[in-house]
Order: sequence, then C-alpha cells, then structure tokens
Amino acid sequence: MSSTVIPSGELQPHVDETNYLNVSHTISSWLLTGDHKRIALLYLVSTSFFFFLGSVAAGLIRYELTSPAGVVLESDTYNKVFSSHGILMVFTFLVVAIPAIFGNFLVPLMIGARDLAFPRLNLASWYMYMTGGTLILAGMVFGGVDTGWTFYTPYSSMYSNGQVTMVIIGIFIAGFSTITTGINFVVTIHKMRAPGMTWFRLPLFIWAMYATSLMMILATPVVAITLLLVVYERTFKLPIFSPELGGDPVLFQHLFWFYSHPAVYIMILPAFAVISELIANFSRKRIFGYHFVAFSSLAIAGLGFLVWGHHMFVSSQSMYESIVFSLISFLVAVPSAIKIFNWMATMYKGNIRLQSPMIYAIAFLMIFTVGGLTGLFLGAAGTDIHLTATYFVVAHFHYVMVGGTMLAFLGALHYWWPKMTGRMFADGIARVNAVIVFIGFNLTFFPQFIVGWLGMPRRYHYYYFAPEFQAYHIMSTLGASVLGLGFILPAFYLTKSLFTGEKASANPWGAHGLEWETSSPPPTSNFLETPIVMDEVYDFDPVSDHAEDLRRIAEEQQRKLNDSNRPSEDHN
Amino acid sequence: MSFFNFPLAPPRASNIAQTYDPVFYALVGLSIFFTIIVCVGAIFFAIRYKAGTKADRSRPMYENLPLELTWTIIPLILGLVMFYFGTALFVKIKTPPKNAEEIYVIGKQWMWHIQHGNGVRENNTLHVPVGKPIKLTMISQDVLHAFYIPAFRVQMGVVPGRYTELWFTATEVGEYHLFCNMYCGTQHSEMGGKVVAMDPKDYAEWLSNGGQSVAPMSMEQAGAKVYARVHCDNCHGAEDTLHAPSLYGIYGKRRVFADGTSLIADDEYIRDSIVRPYDHITAGYGQTMPVYQGQLTEEDLLNLVAYIKVIGTALPNPPTSNVNRHSAPTAVSHTNEASALSTNAIQADTDDPDASPTRRVGAPAVGAVAAEGRNR
Repeated sequence: MSSTVIPSGELQPHVDETNYLNVSHTISSWLLTGDHKRIALLYLVSTSFFFFLGSVAAGLIRYELTSPAGVVLESDTYNKVFSSHGILMVFTFLVVAIPAIFGNFLVPLMIGARDLAFPRLNLASWYMYMTGGTLILAGMVFGGVDTGWTFYTPYSSMYSNGQVTMVIIGIFIAGFSTITTGINFVVTIHKMRAPGMTWFRLPLFIWAMYATSLMMILATPVVAITLLLVVYERTFKLPIFSPELGGDPVLFQHLFWFYSHPAVYIMILPAFAVISELIANFSRKRIFGYHFVAFSSLAIAGLGFLVWGHHMFVSSQSMYESIVFSLISFLVAVPSAIKIFNWMATMYKGNIRLQSPMIYAIAFLMIFTVGGLTGLFLGAAGTDIHLTATYFVVAHFHYVMVGGTMLAFLGALHYWWPKMTGRMFADGIARVNAVIVFIGFNLTFFPQFIVGWLGMPRRYHYYYFAPEFQAYHIMSTLGASVLGLGFILPAFYLTKSLFTGEKASANPWGAHGLEWETSSPPPTSNFLETPIVMDEVYDFDPVSDHAEDLRRIAEEQQRKLNDSNRPSEDHN
Repeated sequence: MSFFNFPLAPPRASNIAQTYDPVFYALVGLSIFFTIIVCVGAIFFAIRYKAGTKADRSRPMYENLPLELTWTIIPLILGLVMFYFGTALFVKIKTPPKNAEEIYVIGKQWMWHIQHGNGVRENNTLHVPVGKPIKLTMISQDVLHAFYIPAFRVQMGVVPGRYTELWFTATEVGEYHLFCNMYCGTQHSEMGGKVVAMDPKDYAEWLSNGGQSVAPMSMEQAGAKVYARVHCDNCHGAEDTLHAPSLYGIYGKRRVFADGTSLIADDEYIRDSIVRPYDHITAGYGQTMPVYQGQLTEEDLLNLVAYIKVIGTALPNPPTSNVNRHSAPTAVSHTNEASALSTNAIQADTDDPDASPTRRVGAPAVGAVAAEGRNR
C-alpha cells in the first residue's frame, strides 16, 4: 500500500529529527508563524478555551433546571448564561473547531502540499478569531447579553439592555476569520494538489471540507451584514426590523436563518469529513460509494441554502412559503441518509479495528441517526407547530451538534493526535472514555425529547407551574455530569501523553493517506520531497489485510505460549 | 414530589391534537425503526468484521449503483409521504373555519391580555367553550412572543405590527398550560398561565357574568367610540366623499388601489390602512389621511377594526353610558371586586400598560418562588 513515489533518492524521514514543533521554541515563532500546522495548534488551544467557558455555562443551566423554581440564579442572569452558552458554542467553537483545527492541519497534508495557499491570511484569520472572541467575552463580562444566540429583533435591536453591540461586533469580526479560512481552503484544494492527486483521489475529508468552505464563503457575509443592521438599528435607530420605526421584525429571521441554517451544515459537514476518514481507515476498506458520499456533501451544501424557512413555520410567514420550505427540507434529508448507509456498507466485509477513534465514529453513526430522524418531526410543518422552540428542538440540535460534531471532533482529536504531537496516548482509557461520552450524552439529551413533546418551552428559567417536567430535567442534569467527565478525562490523558506517551511512528493506525506517509510530527515543509500519488484513495485490500491479521494474531498467541512455557525464570 | 413522575405524553384536548397525534406517532415509529436498523447494523458489523474474526471477506464491494439508488429512493419516497401528512396537518392548523368564534389576544412583556367578543377581558387565562371552533387574532405590543397551548398542539407567533391567527376546537373540559414560547426578555418563562376549557353552558354563564357590576361593552361598541374619538367620521361617512371612501360594507370586499393593485379587505388590511394609510391608497384618492402609527394602542386598533367590519351593516348604538371597562378601569381593579369574580381571571387595567404584568394564577409571586428555590 505504498502510495507515493519519491522521485529522487530514498525516503529517509527519520534521519533528521527536526519537525514543525521543535524547529524553534520562541513565543514569537508561534505567534507569527505561517505554518498551517502551528496555526492549527493555536486554534486547538483557543477553541478549547472557549469550549470550556461554554461548557461551564451549560453546567450552570443544567444545575439551575434541577429545581422548577431555579436554584441560584436570577432570571436575568439565567438568560445571560444561556445566551453565552449558545453564542460561545456556536460562534467560537462549533463553526470554527473542525475546519480551523483539523482542516488547517490536514488539508495541505492530505493533498500533498507544503502549506495552505495563503499562509499569512491564515495567520490573520486566527488573529481575527481571537479579536472577535475577546470582544464577545468582554461583552459577556461587562454587562452580558440576554438575547439568545439568535438575536431576534425587535428584542435585540430595541429592548435588550445588554452589551449586544459589542458581542455582535465580536461575531462580525470572527465571521471574517471563517470567510478567509474558507477562501484559503478552496484555493488550496484547487491549485495545490500534488501530482497525481486527481479530484476523485481526494480523501472524502477534503471533499467535505471543500463543501464547507463554499458555504462559509457564501453564507457568513449574510449574517455579518444582518447583525450589523441590528447594530445600526440599536445605535442610530435606522428603521429596519422594528415595527415601531417602520421595519419588519420577521425580515431579520429570514436573513438570520439564511446564514444560520447553512451554518448548521458548516458545523456538521466537517464532522461527516472526519467520520468518512475514520470509518474507511479503521475498517481497512475503501469507502463504499465514494462518488455518492462526495457528491452528497455538495448536495447538502447546495440544498442547505434553500431550507431556512423551516425555522419560521410559526413566525407568520405565508402558509405556502412554509410548505415549499418543508418540501425542500425533506429533500435535504436524503443526502444525509445516503452517507449513513454508505458508511455502514463500508464496514461490511472490512477488518474493523475497535480503537478509540472508531468507537467515536460508531457512536456518531447511532447518535446522528437519531438527530437526523428527529429533524423530520421539525421539517414536517404540521408536527413542527407543536414542537418548535420546545426542548424537543433543543434535544434535536444537540443530537446533531454535540452527538454529531462534538463526537466527530473527539474522534478526530484522538485519530490525528499522534500525527499532530508525535505521541501516542493510552488507547484503553480513551476507549472507556468514548463509552462514557456516549452514555452521558444520551442520558443528557434523550429525556429532553420527551419533556419537549410534553410542551416544555426552551429558554425557560422557571417551570414551577408545570412540575411534571422535573423528573426529566433531573435525568438530564445527571447525564450532563457524566458527559462533563467524558470531556475532562481526555484533557488529562491527552496532556499526559505529551510527556510520557511513547513516540508515534509515521503511521501508527495503519491508515491510508498522504498525511500518514510523512513523519509524526511532520517536518515544517510537510514532505521532504513532493509526493506523487500513484494509487487510489483508501486503497486497502480487506482480503490480504485479513491474512495479515491472522498471521499477527497467530504470532501473538505463539509468543504468549512461549511466555507461559517458561514461568520459573521470572520468580528467581 | 415529582421525582418519579414520568409522563409520556401531554394531554390531548383539542380537535387539532386528535389529528396531530397519529402523524406524530407514525413518525416516532419510523424513527425507531431506522434507529434500530442503524444501531443493530453498526454493532453487528463491528463485531462480525472485527479484525481477525473468521468472516467471509471475499469479493468486497466498493460501488453498487442499484444499492445506492435503493437507499436514495426509499428515504426519498418515505420523506415525500411524511411531507404529505405533515403538510395536510399544517394546512388544517392554518385554516380556521368560517364559523369560528373570535377572541383577541395582545401579548406584551410579560403578560397575555385577552379580550372576548362581548368585551370581557382577562389576563394570562383564556376561557373557551368546548366543542366550538375558536379563532384567536393576536398581536404584540412590543417584542416577539408566541402563543402556545401544548395540550391543543397549537402554537403561533405573536408579532408586533401585524395580526396572526390561531384556531382550535377544545374537546375536553379542563385546565391546560398556556406558555409564551418565543424568548421575550427577563421574565419570559413566567409569561403564561392557563387555558380553561369549559362546558358551553358554563362558558356562556361565565361570559355573561364576566362583566360583574359593569355592563361590558362589545368590541364593536368600543370601536365606535374610538371611531368618534379620533374623528374618523369627519371623512369616512356613509357615502364616498371627495376626501375619503366610505367604509360601509367594505369588509371582505376587494379594494382597488391607485397603483392598480388590489386586496381583499381583511383585518390585516384594515389595520394597515389605519396605521400606514399610504401603503395602499384607494383608487381615486390622494394622500390626505393622517398616519395613526403610534397614535392608537393595539387595543384601540382591535376595537376599531371590529367596528369597521360591521359599520353600516349592524351598526351598534354608540353606548350612552360612560361607565364601562374602558373608561372606568378602576371599577374592577379594587381587590375585593377582583376576587369576587366568578373565575380566576384577573381583570386587567389596560389603560395603564405598566400595571404589574406577570401574574400566574395560583402561583406564588416571582420573588417568593425564587427565594424558596434558593433556600432548598
């Protein structure tokens, strides 16, 4: 399965121990780097920080909801906490994390390039992200926002007293980081593929990242403009959304969801990208229906722009509009179904390694299926009427965003950790952790489907008038504690691996792809020589792999047998 | 204590809920079916094809068009079937019957103000008769709200600047949750109350008693007063004049405008023509009417619209008495009188929009509850 031919001389990656991590150690060599791998690590650290803050807010919300009349917070504070949770998780973590960390790290490596097309733009995008993130945090510290992450008008533009303007400007700036990252990926994928890396030899990670980039470029400017209009109306009383001034409040929802529904796919397509890699590589099998999986990403990117109105079935948009949006929403479900079935077909007749990344991938399959199917309840206009804006919706999008994107993120983190850091972590505890996350997740969010179906509205601080909801909220909070443990453990064992983990070989998982052909961690230039791609993507042969496995197992058994045949030596 | 209380479904108490639930449960069944397929499939393959197991791996398959088409077309067809049933349900929810009894709802931070056709008002509680279609015409005075009755499976946004509608026929006598389900600010979670579905006889009695000592004024009567107060009649009389068209009998008729377009004169059109008359100038007239945006309260507008709908047909006599809810709100805001009401309805002092808004019937005051929670 050697896929590269080095045109001159022999491949000797380990002669030189210099890699992108130890090439220099000064702070400025990190903060002024143009290396996509170092920028990816900068993103890893910064998005983890924002994720931590968002999780603390989530924990507070769950704690508060254990009692129907609240526990520690005032309503005003509670509203600011759930708004912070949404804003931090969506704008500073989910939209950014997989593309900016793993996309940044892997797009050049996977296509055999030395870096992204515009390294300085890449660094600038990190600074834009940090500036935006800092403004968002500053807004939350100095007054807070209580609008929810959706900033619905006229509440956000005329009534809310918080730091709406500052937070919106933060999101505006962070949005440009997303746009520039998207442009960088599109140009890189078009122009910088190694010789022999044709479009249909691209790993599916690249296809999905390409579709994501297109959506980022096309959708993010719309939300940037929309939020800016809110600021104009707040500051200059420009009549746009507020009926008091002569505006239309529902217009905001159209503009907002024109971005934010594609944003859902900006969050989930990178997860699909990761899962395609994990399933193929840990099943040691070429992905089933490569073309269908690749083009379903593009279909999702295209149709994803035409379904925003399904967020607005009760908003007073016309009945006929709603029906059309409902129809297109059912169409966009089909490409997701295609992906699920193709992933399962990939596992069929594979040689499946149940290492931690694969366990995350299987957990993803199950949870995302539930997330996708419950979306049908909300895409059908009739059933949405009762369920919209209840905890059913909360559960649904957490099944997609946490069960989907977050599990894929964890799978990716484990899978590429040896490549990024050059160290192996303890896979045993990582596998246990994947199970903890799976259980904690379902215990947290499944009860929310039921309590939403019972009629519990989202964004409610109190429910003392409906005590029948309490049992489900307590279950959910219990689950959140388990889930929290599942997020804390990796922070420890992955950090520990940096110091005590054994050194990773170039290809510790036995995976296929250009990123596994260079050393772990890779040198600054990624490849010592430009690789030339000669074989197809995911070029595994399950039959010979199986023979290999049988030989390996036989050898292990023989060794064990030998060990047990000479017991007395150990005791002396 | 409700720790071991795990209800599995909300009460089913309206005609819409009866249509809704079969569609919902069909979707649940379908979801469970596909979830099982994926979960069992993934686990089965993971075990059977685990590296080193003795399974047949010969002739692995990487592309198979018929298979791909199968799992493209089956979900597509199932999706279209679900779309059909979802849409049929949606159209039913969105199409109020002609004979529905109208009730009017104004949402504001953080209370629901409700007005029955004969002028009886209540806050955060909605009384409805069982077995009769009810249509709510709703508007918000400030931010977005949403009127949500889980037991009836109905919900609709309440938007400032435009009317929205929601209808249902209650089928079971009882009390049900009423929630605001569009985030609207600090006390959003307490903007709600209950819907009381009553036997029609009890409802009729409640409605006629709702006025207590003061005879309620019908909405049309109240509208006629507003009509006179702001001098609509100076220009809009029984006959078309040089300045303005007559409004007699225009409701439900097609109106042709100066720019050649036309619209059916419905509630929304009438309201728009009062607050923003120049959006649709009736053909043959100029821009002479004052703009009433911000000049009239939503309640005045609701009453005015109700009056214009019947103007010239069943013109009610302008009330002779000055004593009515609208001009004498204090008559019902005395505590002893309020508690003497036959129901739990709180009579609103609607002329004072700042009057303590959020009160859930039978619930402790906000601060008290929060404090109780903290002491736990």
